[in-house]
Amino acid sequence: MTDLTKRTAAETAAAIANGEVSAVEVAEAHLDRIAKVDDRINAFLHVDAEGALAAARAVDAKRAAGEKLGPLAGVPLALKDLFTTRGIPTTCGSKILEGWLPPYDATVTRRLREADVVILGKSNMDEFAMGSSTENSAYGPTRNPWDLDRIPGGSGGGSAAALASFQAPLAIGTDTGGSIRQPGAVTGTVGVKPTYGGVSRYGMVAFSSSLDQGGPCARTVLDAALLHEAIAGYDMLDSTSIDAPVPAVVEAAKLGATQGIKGLRVGVVKQFAGEGYQAGVVQRFQESVELLRALGAEIVEIDCPSFDFALPAYYLIAPSECSSNLARFDAMRYGLRVGDDGAHSAEEVTALTREAGFGAEVKRRIMLGTYALSSGYYDAYYGQAQKVRTLIIRDFEAAFTQVDVLVSPTTPTTAFKIGERADDPMAMYLADLCTIPTNLAGNAGMSLPCGLAPEDGLPVGLQILAPAMADDRLYRVGAALEAALLEQWGRPILDLAPAL
Amino acid sequence: MSTATTDELMDLDEALARFDPVMGLEVHVELGTSTKMFCSCPTEFGAEPNTQVCPTCLGLPGALPVVNAVAVESAIRIGLALNCSIAEWCRFARKNYFYPDMPKNFQTSQYDEPIAYDGYLDVEVEGRSFRIGIERAHMEEDTGKSTHVGGATGRIHGADYSLVDYNRAGIPLIEIVTKPIVGVPGHLAPAVARAYVAELRELIVALGVSEARMERGQMRCDVNLSLKPAGAEKFGTRSETKNVNSLRSVERAARFEIQRHAAVLASGGTIVQETRHFHEDKGTTTSGRVKEEAEDYRYFPEPDLVPVAPSREWVEQLRATLPELPGARRKRLAQDWAISDFDMQSVVNAGALDVIEATVAAGSDPASARKWWLGELARTANERAVELAELPITPAHVARIVELVSAGELSDKLARQVIEGVLAGEGDPDAVVAKRGLKVVSDDGALLTAIDEAIAANPAVAEKIRGGNHKAAGVIVGAVMKATRVSRAFRLRATPAVPSAGWPPAGTERVRPRSGP
Amino acid sequence: MSAITREEVAHLARLSRLELSEAELDHFAEQLDAIVGAVARVSELPTEDVPPTSHALPMTNVFRQDVVRPAGTPILDRAEVLAQAPAAEDDRFRVPRILGED
Ligand SMILES: [Mg+2]
Ligand SMILES: [Zn+2]
Repeated sequence: MTDLTKRTAAETAAAIANGEVSAVEVAEAHLDRIAKVDDRINAFLHVDAEGALAAARAVDAKRAAGEKLGPLAGVPLALKDLFTTRGIPTTCGSKILEGWLPPYDATVTRRLREADVVILGKSNMDEFAMGSSTENSAYGPTRNPWDLDRIPGGSGGGSAAALASFQAPLAIGTDTGGSIRQPGAVTGTVGVKPTYGGVSRYGMVAFSSSLDQGGPCARTVLDAALLHEAIAGYDMLDSTSIDAPVPAVVEAAKLGATQGIKGLRVGVVKQFAGEGYQAGVVQRFQESVELLRALGAEIVEIDCPSFDFALPAYYLIAPSECSSNLARFDAMRYGLRVGDDGAHSAEEVTALTREAGFGAEVKRRIMLGTYALSSGYYDAYYGQAQKVRTLIIRDFEAAFTQVDVLVSPTTPTTAFKIGERADDPMAMYLADLCTIPTNLAGNAGMSLPCGLAPEDGLPVGLQILAPAMADDRLYRVGAALEAALLEQWGRPILDLAPAL
Repeated sequence: MSTATTDELMDLDEALARFDPVMGLEVHVELGTSTKMFCSCPTEFGAEPNTQVCPTCLGLPGALPVVNAVAVESAIRIGLALNCSIAEWCRFARKNYFYPDMPKNFQTSQYDEPIAYDGYLDVEVEGRSFRIGIERAHMEEDTGKSTHVGGATGRIHGADYSLVDYNRAGIPLIEIVTKPIVGVPGHLAPAVARAYVAELRELIVALGVSEARMERGQMRCDVNLSLKPAGAEKFGTRSETKNVNSLRSVERAARFEIQRHAAVLASGGTIVQETRHFHEDKGTTTSGRVKEEAEDYRYFPEPDLVPVAPSREWVEQLRATLPELPGARRKRLAQDWAISDFDMQSVVNAGALDVIEATVAAGSDPASARKWWLGELARTANERAVELAELPITPAHVARIVELVSAGELSDKLARQVIEGVLAGEGDPDAVVAKRGLKVVSDDGALLTAIDEAIAANPAVAEKIRGGNHKAAGVIVGAVMKATRVSRAFRLRATPAVPSAGWPPAGTERVRPRSGP
Repeated sequence: MSAITREEVAHLARLSRLELSEAELDHFAEQLDAIVGAVARVSELPTEDVPPTSHALPMTNVFRQDVVRPAGTPILDRAEVLAQAPAAEDDRFRVPRILGED
C-alpha cells in the first residue's frame, strides 16, 4: 500500500504529472490524515478542505487538458497563518484577528496558487510569530509529533509539526529570529530562511520588518528547494525585495546530492558552543562536521566575537519594530473590538481591545520595544543594538572571506516540554541563540536533521549559513549532508518518529 | 463646547513695544501626484468614500509601502527652489502615535534625515526684503478624514461617533519648516508670516508640484510663536497654532498670539507650550486638549523602505527642470513694466501677476493692463469674493479692450461698460460693443447727419445759437447723443465739420487724432 | 542599569494603548526589569565609531512610477473591506467618539 502522505513533494508532483495519482486523491489523503491526527497535534488553525479540493480539481483538469504542470502542481501545503489569504481566515495566532477574512492575498499566497500548490489550510504559530514554542498561540499550543508533551518549536510550530506528522509534505514558515529553522530542528524537518529580500514580505503580517523572512519548510532538502523557487523572486510591492535572479537552489540541491561538496570550505563558529548546549546536540553536530570533512570539505574554526551580543541586540530590535508594526491593531478597521458601548471613546476602545486581544508575550514585547525607542532610552538600547548589528554583519563578512558556509547546531537543545519555559521569557529566548545572528545580517540559513540526541531520542538540527544571495550554497551542502546521513541511517529520520 | 476664549489680549502696539516676536512656520503641502506616497491608489479630490484605498493605505495587516518616484522628485525640486541642500542619503522614519484616521498608527515621515535642509526664501513686505531661513523640507503622508456624527456642531467634541474615509490617507505631503524668524520689526511680523506663506504658495504652484489650494487643504500652515522681552536673546516658550488655512488667517493668528502672549507675560504669567486651534470666524485661538503626558513619538528608521540616496547627477537634472521662480520673475517683470518693487508688490498682493503678464502678452501695454486689472476688475473680484483669474473675463479680452481704447474707439468710461458686459456674459468685447452700441462716434458722416437732423428738428434752438446763445447748444448735443447712442462722455474728432454755431461747445473732450488706419 | 518600575510599565502601557490589569502591571514590571537588565549587555561592546545598521542589505532608491494601480496591484472591493470592519456606516468606517484634538 502506498501511503500518499509519506511521499516527498517531488515524488508527489511526479506521480500527479505522470497520472499515477490525481491531485484530488492526494489532497483527500492529506485531508484524511489531518482529520485523523490533528486533534492531537493542533498544527492547523483552519483547514480549507473546499479550497484545497477545488485547487486539486483544477490541477487535474489542467493535466486532462494536456497543459504542462509546474514542478509542485497538486502538492499539498500548510501555510503559516501569518500570510493573508483572501476570504480565508487569517489570525496570526491572535485573538485580535479572530474571524478576520483578508480582502487580499499575500504575494507568497498568490505565487503558491499560481504554482498550482494545493493550500490545505493555515498552520498554527506563536501569536504574531513571537515565540519559540508555539505555546503563545491564542488557539492552543501545537504539539511535537515526536513527543506530544513537547513543543514543536516556534513560532512556526504548526508548519513543522504538520510536516513531521505527515499532514502536509510542504509548509511555509517565517523566520524573524529562527522561527523556520528552530521548529525544523526540533521536529526533524528541513527549514530554510532565505536571504532577506529573497521572498516577498507583502501580505506577510509584520512582526519585525527588518528581520522577517518567509521561507520553505519540507521534509527533504530538494523539496525545500522546489518550494523556495516557487515563492522567491522580486516583487514590486515589497521595497526590500531583491531585484535579481533567484539563486538556482533546485539545481544546487540536485548537485549536492549527486556531486558532493569536495573542496568546500566549512566554518565552525566558535561562539555556538559551550555552556547551555545539550551534550547529545553537540555530539550529533560534531559527527556531522566529521561527515562533512569525510565528504571532502575543509573544516575551519571561525571566530565571530560579536555573535555573543546577537541575542540582546535582537531582543531590542525585534520588539522595537513590533511595537510599531502592531499598533495598527486598534479595533477601528478590522479585527476584534471590545468596549464599544457608546460610553467608551475610541482611545479607550483601542486600549481595551488590545488588552483583551493580545497575549502576554505580545504585550511584553510591545512594551519592551516602546521602552527601547522612548526618548532618553533610544541611544542606549535601540541605537546601540543597531550598532551591534553592524558588528555582527562585519563578523559574517570576515567569516565568509575564509569559508563558503558556516555550520552550527540549529538550537542548543532538543525540544523542551510544553510549559517548561512558558513564563520565563529569558529561558525561552535562548532557543534562538544560534539562529538570530543570520536574521540580523540578512543572510541565508538552513536547518536540517542530523540525527537524534542519544539522551532523549529527539531530533537534532544542523544549521548551515551562507552569505546573502548565496542561498544555493545551503542547498548544495544540505543535500550532500542529507544524502550521506540517509545512507548511514538507511531510512528517513521521520520514520523513527512514533506512529500517530 | 464653547470656543470662546477667556484669554486677555494686550493692545498690539503696546505688545510690540515691550516684546519681540519669534515665529516659526510649518507648512504642509499636498503634492499633486497621480498616486499616493506609498501606494498606487489615485489621489483625485472628492471621490466616493473609501474607493481610493488599498491594503497599504488602509494599513491592512501585511501590506507594505513603496515610494512614489515623482513625490521624491517633487520634494527635491521644492528643496532646490528653496535654496536647500539635498541630502546625499536619507531615510524615512516612523512617527508613532495612535489616531483613528491614521491607519497604521504611525506616520511614515522623515525625522533627523530630511531630504532637503538649510535653505531660504526671500519675501517682501512694505518694500523691504526679509530672508526666511528654511530648516528643512521633508516627505511624509496625509491621514484619512473623519466626519463627526451627533452632537450639536459636527465637531469632534460632543460627537457620538465618527465615520472615517481613508481616501486621503497616504497622499504625499511635503512639510516645510522655517528656522526661527527673528529680527523682523514687530509690527511687520504678522505680515511677514503671511508673505512667506504666500510666496511659498506661489513657488509651489510655479513648480507645478501642487495646486496648493488652501481652501481645499492642499496647503496647511502651523504658526509657532513666542515672545521675548524687547532686545532679549533668549526665546520664550512657544505656542503652536495648528491648521491656519488661509493667508489672511496666518496674519491674524500671528497677531492674536502676539497679543495673547504679551498679556500673559505682562501679567506675570507663563506661556504653556501647547497646540492651539485657530478660529476662522473670530480670528482667535484656543488651547488644544492638554495632554497628561508629553508626546513621545518614538521615531525610528522605517525598515520597510530602503534609504533614499539621490545621486548628484539626478539632483542636477532636477535643478535643470526648475522654472523661473516667482521672485526672479517678479524682478524681471517689474523691469519690463518699468514699475517699482512697491508697485509690483501691489500687483502680487492683488494676485494679478499672471493675468497682467498674460494681458501684456496678448498685446496690451503694461500700464493699461495693470490699470484695468488692479482697478475695475480687482474691485469686481473683491465684491464677488473670487480670485481675478476666476472672473469671466480673460487677459485676451482685456487686451482687446485696451486696443479699442488706444485706437480711440472706446473711452475709458465706455471701456468700463464693455467690461461690465463681458463680466455679465454678453460675449467678448467686440460682441458687447456691437450689442450695446458702445462705439465712440468717429464716423464723420453719421455724426454730421445726426447733427443736421438735430438742427433741423430744433429750428428755434438753432436760431438761438446762431444768435450767439451758445448755452442753447446743449439741446442739440443731447439730441445728437441720443441719436448716436453715445454717452455723455463721448469724444469727437479734433476737427469735425462743425456748424457755424460755434461747435463744439466749451468743455467737450477732444480726442487724439487717429493714428494709422 | 535597569530599573523598570510599576509606574514605568504603566507609562509604557499608556503609550502602547494597553489597558493592563493591576496584576499585569506587577508581573510585567518584574519581567521587563529582568529582560531590560539582560539586553542592556549591548552596551558592553565598544561601538564608538560603529555606524548603526537599520537595513541589513545595502539597498537604496527603490521607487515606484507614479502610475495608478498598475497590473499586479491588489484592488480591494469596498464592500468586502467594510464587511470586515467592526462597524461601518455610509461607506465609511464607524469608530467610537474620538477624544483627540479638533
Ligand atoms: Mg509632519
Ligand atoms: Zn493605497
